[in-house]
Amino acid sequence: MRTKKKPPERKRPGYFGRFGGRFVPETLSVPLEELARSFRRVAREKGFQRGLDTLLKTYAGRPTPLFFARRLTEYCGGARIWLKREDLLHTGAHKINNCLGQALLAERMGKRRIIAETGAGQHGVAAATAAALLGIECEVYMGEEDMARQEINVFRMEVLGARVIPVRTGSKTLKDACSEALRDWAASFASTYYLLGSTVGPDPYPRMVRDFQAVIGRETKRQFRSVAGRLPDFLVACVGGGSNSLGFFHPFRSDPVEFVGVEAGGAGLKSGRHAASIIRGRPGVLHGSYSYLLQDGGGQVQPTHSISAGLDYPGVGPEHSHYFASGRASYVSVTDRQAFDAALLLSRREGIIPALESAHAVAWSCRLARKLPKNRHIIICLSGRGDKDLETIRKERGGSLPNCVG
Amino acid sequence: MNRIDKKFQKLRAEGKKAAIPFLTAGFPSPAASLTLARELAENGADIIELGVPFSDPVADGPTIQASSAAALARGMTLEKVLRLAENFRRGTETPLVLMGYLNPFLAMGIGRLARRLAAAGVDGLIIPDLPVEESDFLRIPLAAAGIHLIFLAAPNTPPKKMARIAKRGRGFIYYVSRAGVTGARDRLEAGLAEKVSAIKKTSPLPVCVGFGVSRRGQVIKLNRIADGVIVGSALIAPFLRLPPGKARAAAIKKWRELFGGVPEAGR
Repeated sequence: MRTKKKPPERKRPGYFGRFGGRFVPETLSVPLEELARSFRRVAREKGFQRGLDTLLKTYAGRPTPLFFARRLTEYCGGARIWLKREDLLHTGAHKINNCLGQALLAERMGKRRIIAETGAGQHGVAAATAAALLGIECEVYMGEEDMARQEINVFRMEVLGARVIPVRTGSKTLKDACSEALRDWAASFASTYYLLGSTVGPDPYPRMVRDFQAVIGRETKRQFRSVAGRLPDFLVACVGGGSNSLGFFHPFRSDPVEFVGVEAGGAGLKSGRHAASIIRGRPGVLHGSYSYLLQDGGGQVQPTHSISAGLDYPGVGPEHSHYFASGRASYVSVTDRQAFDAALLLSRREGIIPALESAHAVAWSCRLARKLPKNRHIIICLSGRGDKDLETIRKERGGSLPNCVG
Repeated sequence: MNRIDKKFQKLRAEGKKAAIPFLTAGFPSPAASLTLARELAENGADIIELGVPFSDPVADGPTIQASSAAALARGMTLEKVLRLAENFRRGTETPLVLMGYLNPFLAMGIGRLARRLAAAGVDGLIIPDLPVEESDFLRIPLAAAGIHLIFLAAPNTPPKKMARIAKRGRGFIYYVSRAGVTGARDRLEAGLAEKVSAIKKTSPLPVCVGFGVSRRGQVIKLNRIADGVIVGSALIAPFLRLPPGKARAAAIKKWRELFGGVPEAGR
């Protein structure tokens, strides 16, 4: 055996602490490097940023309001609860922030085709929207199971001119759609841009998607300072892959603000049917990065469950794993039932129907608010609206709803 | 000396090229895959690549995906693959390489993995989602246990990185014949010969070509330029459409059709 001196510990690019990296088939190494280079270039370019800001403002509807949820605060009885209204964006969720950024980057890189993966279809719809806006061909991989569950989003993508490709392998859900998109890209990278929807996957995706989503946190900071003259005490967001939460948290990372990530507790952590990757997982490698992962003892990725398709993913962004390991953020879980109740609560108390994903953050915030004095402030990232979930809610309740919640 | 190095030394001395089959461990059953591995070794396979099934095989096409999923559905694990390897090793000195995605290897723990591989008589590992720049944590403990970590190189791998692969890799370089995933293709990529000879100029390691090889003509062509040829999907495909006994006969037939009597393969 050759002996070799270990290189001195240094901050490795593409890593968040010991998480992240670029664990991909060799063929993808070069396209990822090309992507990282192009991203680095546009991040410094004023023209690119201006173009993106203009689209975010005139097309997507930014800035989104920061709303004080008075009746929800009264109901919970404790800390003041605020909502960052990403649900008011074009296409109904924060996903458009990232898609506009990456689609502009694809255009800049001269790619003529965009591929994307989608679970519930929100990212697929946002990708199809951005592609239509820029006149780029778009194909979206979607698990067959998800296509059946989210028929209307499949149709939305098709109306927008995208082609939805059913994925019939594995569990036929988001993780398999992601694998299939990577397989496509390994053969098509010369002409194709892979528009990944969350802060997962190989470097540079986790940091790039976070940076495109960081507009959420930047606006929140400015807006809250102008109404309250200070920093909030808590930021609460749901965590699937982690894009809304990391975009929300990132601009506050050096501030004395507590971060809470809410994972999907599904039918309960003990049931084994959940998607709480950080709380119940162990570090491992899926889709190109080292991060917390729901896996069995032999390292096979485990099936997940959540009422909200957007959180139904066995992995989580590597930056969240680092936030967890370093203690910068805390992670909790909320069950399907609690999220469902919180969705109804917010609808009844504030006239806002949240996405079931975002409802996880609402549920935890209510619990948190009760334990805190009235002079503390919690901001929830309300990442999406609930129109897409009405069918799920209807089925869950068999069509009948209580007249009043709480 | 590692069995892989010994094998290439011998082949080189005889002016021959390596014939390397890939099969999925545990597909269609553990016993059937072991029988197939033995039969292939008896039919002149120079190195056996045993695939460790994984739930999310991103570098594989439909054939290997299906075989992997079927093996997992029947309860295949890395532990069981190691037991198969042990059994295989009892009867033969044919070099044995495990090929699989990183996570199951990680889950075993690196120290334990290295010990178990050595004890089972495994000679090398190929990990498609472990590029050379991320590999130190595994490369060093494996080298200490005498196990070769074999890297893949692709048509778009830049020369600087190729040099790193040649330097850090052991056993041979697995050259991926084209962009994309595993699976049979009609034609070899244009410029393949030039690429392979360019690598051979800078690398002391033998270069074996895989991905998409399914025809005898391709094997003959590749044997002229490379040090060996790897065939996977073409051997696995029969098991997806035929009952096990017939499939095994069909796979062996396919193997002979590909390599039998090919002059450089020397069979």
